[in-house]
Amino acid sequence: MAMDQVNPLVSTYRREARAGLHDIAPVAVAAVPIGLLFGAVAAAKGMSPLEVGLMSALVYAGGAQFAAIETWVHPAPIVALAFATLLINVRHVLMGASLTPKMKLSRAQTFLAYFFLTDEAWALSERRALERPVTGAYWAAMGLVLWGNWTLSSALGAILGSFLGDPERIGADFAFTALFIGLIAGFGRSRVTLVTVAVSAAVAALVHHFIGAPWHVASGALAGIAAAYFAAPEEARS
Amino acid sequence: MSLDMTTLLAILAMAVVTYLTRIAGLLVADRLVLAGRAKAAFDAIPPAVLVAVIAPTALTTGWAEAIAAAITAFAAFRLPLLGTVAIGVVSVVVLRNLI
Repeated sequence: MAMDQVNPLVSTYRREARAGLHDIAPVAVAAVPIGLLFGAVAAAKGMSPLEVGLMSALVYAGGAQFAAIETWVHPAPIVALAFATLLINVRHVLMGASLTPKMKLSRAQTFLAYFFLTDEAWALSERRALERPVTGAYWAAMGLVLWGNWTLSSALGAILGSFLGDPERIGADFAFTALFIGLIAGFGRSRVTLVTVAVSAAVAALVHHFIGAPWHVASGALAGIAAAYFAAPEEARS
Repeated sequence: MSLDMTTLLAILAMAVVTYLTRIAGLLVADRLVLAGRAKAAFDAIPPAVLVAVIAPTALTTGWAEAIAAAITAFAAFRLPLLGTVAIGVVSVVVLRNLI
């Protein structure tokens, strides 16, 4: 019957949004203890729950926020914080460049959508892009859930503060690492991928040990990318 | 609920820098047409960046974290994402108590 037929555009939109929710759900759950942890640490450094919530809502970049809080002094050193943020987040440039051709969005829509660009949303989208283009509905569902989740959990962490106890005792500090290992596994076990992972891990660990954060991210990533270039078969060139 | 002016400016500076890094990739992507080895290098960006972020925690913090990372990697090819995270967190807690 005609009345039972759903507009194909609406049904596609719903299916894409549902896929986004399905994919981001485990990430959002894993991010809750990390958000609580961030809020609690920030509160211990003297930030109010309002300031913590604002930072999470506007910056929305866990790595940069943890680095900022780690070195937080009062009054806040604006230029130093901005520079550290740039170093940690410069990876977004590569991520955005890699993802953009796979996004089914207009240029103006992408400028808005990329406010929600995170390691997690990007990694899931790259994985989805192996099979189909990334739609606005898929991206929006993931982005809004993860953003709301991060903002609320970090503000709540600031309010709860010291009640949470030692995060290391409950292993919450390792959730981020375990989550990333799960995401990396999604890229498969091809020879080129294994070489990339091994070289990136070794260089990042060495640079972190001998030079220090945040230089390990850019150097490890670039070494892994170079390794992939040389590990790939030359005859594939076209 | 207090809102310090210097803190607010620092948050805004971090927010602007972060947003610029997020849209910068959009501006250079149009000029990238890749094939062969260059494409392999470009496709390697996702795992390379993800690994670099966690490598210090996973490899150089201590034996508990290194072994837990190996267990997590083993689980990652067999379990859904949330199960992988659970295995990782549980194994790091157990190993920290043992080592």
